[in-house]
Amino acid sequence: MGTTSEALIVCEHCDTVHQRLALSRGEVARCARCGKVLQRHYRLSTNAMLALIVTALIVFVQANMWPIVMLGLSGQHNSATLWGVIIAMWREDAGIVSVLVAATLFFLPLLKMLQLGWLLWFARQGRRAPGFVPMMVGLHYLNPWTMSEVFVLGALVAIVKAHAYFDVTPEPGIYAYAALTVLITVFAGIDVRQLWRTPGVAA
Amino acid sequence: MNALPRAAELGLIGCHVCGLVCRDAHAAAGAAQVVACPRCGVALHRRKPASYSRTWALLIAAFIMYIPANVVPIMRTASLNDVDDNTIISGVVELWKNGSPDLAIIVFAASIVVPMLKFLALGTLLVSSRRGSNWARQQRAGLYRLVELVGYWSMLDVFVVSLLTALVRFSVLSRVEPLPGVIYFGLTVVLTMLASMSFDPRLIWDGRDTDD
Ligand SMILES: [Zn+2]
Ligand SMILES: [Zn+2]
Repeated sequence: MGTTSEALIVCEHCDTVHQRLALSRGEVARCARCGKVLQRHYRLSTNAMLALIVTALIVFVQANMWPIVMLGLSGQHNSATLWGVIIAMWREDAGIVSVLVAATLFFLPLLKMLQLGWLLWFARQGRRAPGFVPMMVGLHYLNPWTMSEVFVLGALVAIVKAHAYFDVTPEPGIYAYAALTVLITVFAGIDVRQLWRTPGVAA
Repeated sequence: MNALPRAAELGLIGCHVCGLVCRDAHAAAGAAQVVACPRCGVALHRRKPASYSRTWALLIAAFIMYIPANVVPIMRTASLNDVDDNTIISGVVELWKNGSPDLAIIVFAASIVVPMLKFLALGTLLVSSRRGSNWARQQRAGLYRLVELVGYWSMLDVFVVSLLTALVRFSVLSRVEPLPGVIYFGLTVVLTMLASMSFDPRLIWDGRDTDD
């Protein structure tokens, strides 16, 4: 072996060295020492992943533009979009929460999808995207901070709480969010790291 | 040699960002030298730097925030004839009483159980790994994976309060305002996430005795 090896995998959770395996459909390789998943087989092609990201981006835009829920109380009605939530928290002197919400539900998910889309768009043509290395490193760090799926559960709890006092009408935004959660669950299984080794994309 | 060799014993390092397996050049370059991953350029480390002290510091900071997060109300509901301040636990009780025990359990799990699990689990991992204990290593490794998996769901209550604040704005009739508890709680979640990221689970296996 030279100074680096593609034939080996080091388990991130226990430092055990394993041979990289050629997996077949549906197979998962786990670390023999600690049990962490080392490799998964992906049935999605680059094209399919790109299609998934583009769909997720469209749904994301709608989830953010459309109101999420509407409340009614004695003839008055109020509804809110995600940005309405961010602005409301800012005005109510909860600036830290406002920034947290904006980051975990808007900026970071958007950044993640745009970067993935960009990288996959070039990978599809067998090329390495401009800015490949900083984007791949960036994706690694922002990955744990996107929380759209938690927000969907939060919206459900808020609806149930409000239901005791108000007329609650779900608006299209909540359905877009639900669809987004499904899409996120599908591409949560994608290990972006495989792009490092995709022929033509890897340096 | 062992059946399950570890990278450090073989003079190898797995890059924590891109996963590339590299020969450990620290010995040749001098231990204090920064050695970058040839593929992604980040600094390679055998173990996360200062894992114990960073994780302890973040965990203690998170715990300090967690106390006011539970004691101080997170949200005020005001209507014509009364003002009601809710803490995390009173919000759970209210859900339960209003006929949604299932959601009450979910909120209780996300807001109370998950943060407590993180404090106890990371505390246990820090102490046992520092001692080089080989007690229940498989289970401790699983515990770390669980903490990583469920950690961010604690943000649930922060989103609930934010959404209600934006929705319940009926001038004098009915209003919801966030109270400082929700800020402490948001900070608790962020700090515990940072704490679990700074803990290096490889330390669980770095005991005194060689192996199974
Ligand atoms: Zn392992
Ligand atoms: Zn690397």
